[in-house]
Amino acid sequence: MAELFAKLDQFPVTLKAWLMNLLQGFLPEWTLPLVSAAISITPILAVFPLMFALTTVIERKGLGRIQNRIGPNRVGIPLTNIRLFGFGQFIADGIKSLIKEDVVPRAADKVVHFLAPIALLIPVLLTYSVLPFGKNMVPLDLPQTGLLFFFAVGASTELSVFMAGWSSRNKYSLLGAMRAVAQMVSYEIPLILSSLTVVMITGTLSLTAIVESQATVHFGFLHNWHLFTPWGLVGFFLFLTAAAAEANRTPFDLPEAESEIIAGYFTEYSGFKFAIFFLAEYLGLFAMCGLGITLFLGGWLPPVNIAPFTWIPSWCWFLGKLSALIVLFIWLRGTLPRLRTDQLMGFAWKFLLPMTLINLVVAALWHLLANNIPLVARWPLGFAMLAVPYWLLGRSFEAKFTKREYRFAN
Amino acid sequence: MLGTGILKGMVETAKNFAGSYHDPERLTTVEYPEQRIASKENARQFPFLVHDTEDPMQGLRCVACQICEKECPPQCIYIVKSKDKRADYKGQMQLYPVTFDIDLSVCMSCQICVEVCPFEAIKMDTEFELSNTDRFGGLLVNKHQLAKSNEHYRKIHPTEAAVSDDALAIEVAKAKAKAKADVEAKAKAAADAKAKAEAAAAAAPVGVAATAPVPKPSAPAAAPAAAPAA
Repeated sequence: MAELFAKLDQFPVTLKAWLMNLLQGFLPEWTLPLVSAAISITPILAVFPLMFALTTVIERKGLGRIQNRIGPNRVGIPLTNIRLFGFGQFIADGIKSLIKEDVVPRAADKVVHFLAPIALLIPVLLTYSVLPFGKNMVPLDLPQTGLLFFFAVGASTELSVFMAGWSSRNKYSLLGAMRAVAQMVSYEIPLILSSLTVVMITGTLSLTAIVESQATVHFGFLHNWHLFTPWGLVGFFLFLTAAAAEANRTPFDLPEAESEIIAGYFTEYSGFKFAIFFLAEYLGLFAMCGLGITLFLGGWLPPVNIAPFTWIPSWCWFLGKLSALIVLFIWLRGTLPRLRTDQLMGFAWKFLLPMTLINLVVAALWHLLANNIPLVARWPLGFAMLAVPYWLLGRSFEAKFTKREYRFAN
Repeated sequence: MLGTGILKGMVETAKNFAGSYHDPERLTTVEYPEQRIASKENARQFPFLVHDTEDPMQGLRCVACQICEKECPPQCIYIVKSKDKRADYKGQMQLYPVTFDIDLSVCMSCQICVEVCPFEAIKMDTEFELSNTDRFGGLLVNKHQLAKSNEHYRKIHPTEAAVSDDALAIEVAKAKAKAKADVEAKAKAAADAKAKAEAAAAAAPVGVAATAPVPKPSAPAAAPAAAPAA
């Protein structure tokens, strides 16, 4: 039984090996690395855009339910009455954006305007290359620089966003792009500092090694996910907050605030270029979630080391955790209003940055005191060291309501 | 503490999410083409012409007075008067519209045509599914399409229709009373003329002086007194 599940777990790996063996016979030697890369890329290009497509429908349905509406439930299979609960919607949307007219403003810098969506999508896709989706399933294993590669490539999306905003020659686009750059640069720091705790504890930048470091077992059944430590728990939520801001998700969707600046940096994009922006944004969010899973939620590891959980293939665990985080982000989007720019900046510099720095210190102490203080005492100590500053720093961000005084009315 | 408000909000949205599945009362929308909400009595969309008889074209209340055509702010009504006349609902001879067109794409549903019509002939309909595949001819609605029975009006706007029916009933009663009075007056006049003729025939031998009225003595006295005062 377990062997069968192990085979299922490694099915993508064995399939690739089988394909490579087959192709080795009649392909020239120098093409083989390229073919191998293409085979590795194919599932990423198939799974994640499909996931994006489904997410658009699930998000609209979920938001509808949150607002006591039904949400899209019409589009199913064409020419029949089969509606599939509206899950044909993304195909209709895709066809629509493909056949829509592509309008480029006359005053736009046409070359940059054309390149911006491509320059946004490619780095986002590149970030997927270092994520371990399952056991032995990482397209590009960088043992020295995995995490660094992720952040370096991910940060280059800022340039593409500014390209889009600048080349459109539209004030709303430019405002959106400026907001996006300011936000992304500000939140990059807490994002990296919160991931740095994991690097500090595990002593490696390789994402595969980080997952494997969480494979040790506590109490005979519980996997040693970094989430289960005080610094990991706090770090994960700090990471999620910063990731939401990096991916321009609500409540940090200022760069494309519809009620203020139309659609922000992609105001002047239509047709399939707009769809590419949309796709890149969601893929960026998925990549961020994937990194969060790898760093804090044990990557492709199950939460407990007990038989039925270990049978489920590792890539299913990864995709399951990813789906859970996507649902969390949809839920947050349905709940929270958008921040103001000063609140956004204040939150990054006055709250997230100090919290991540304190978290680094706590992680260091957790590691150094591992042999001196038992876990039962170390856990509450670490948690208290984070909870107190959280409470102190958080006080200045709480909403203050005072009785409004009217000087001239009444 | 920071974050408690977020958690409270998330609990609220989770309640909405779960509640919308098991409690249909929560849903604020309906699935439109299949499910419909009965239209409100005061709803209005596009005018129609009221008719009273079985044949819509014969019973149109419109008398082609063209007040609505002149009052219509976007000028979407076009009327051509008839050359001949026909009896209206109260039997009076009236003109009728040979052509009565309203441009659906121009009409702004303001109801001014209804307000100005003195004949209760044009009213607002609640029909809102007015889309058409022909954007030129299809959006110009002619009098055959506009004509709808008074029963339809009673059904969609019961209160207004009752008021309108009462007003028309009063008009009909007045017309009947007038007709009756006319008939009586005619009969009386005829009788008077007959009596006069008979009296004249009878009095002819006596002389003219007998029929001449005797002037009242106060009348000539009052007239000069009033003159200086004026």
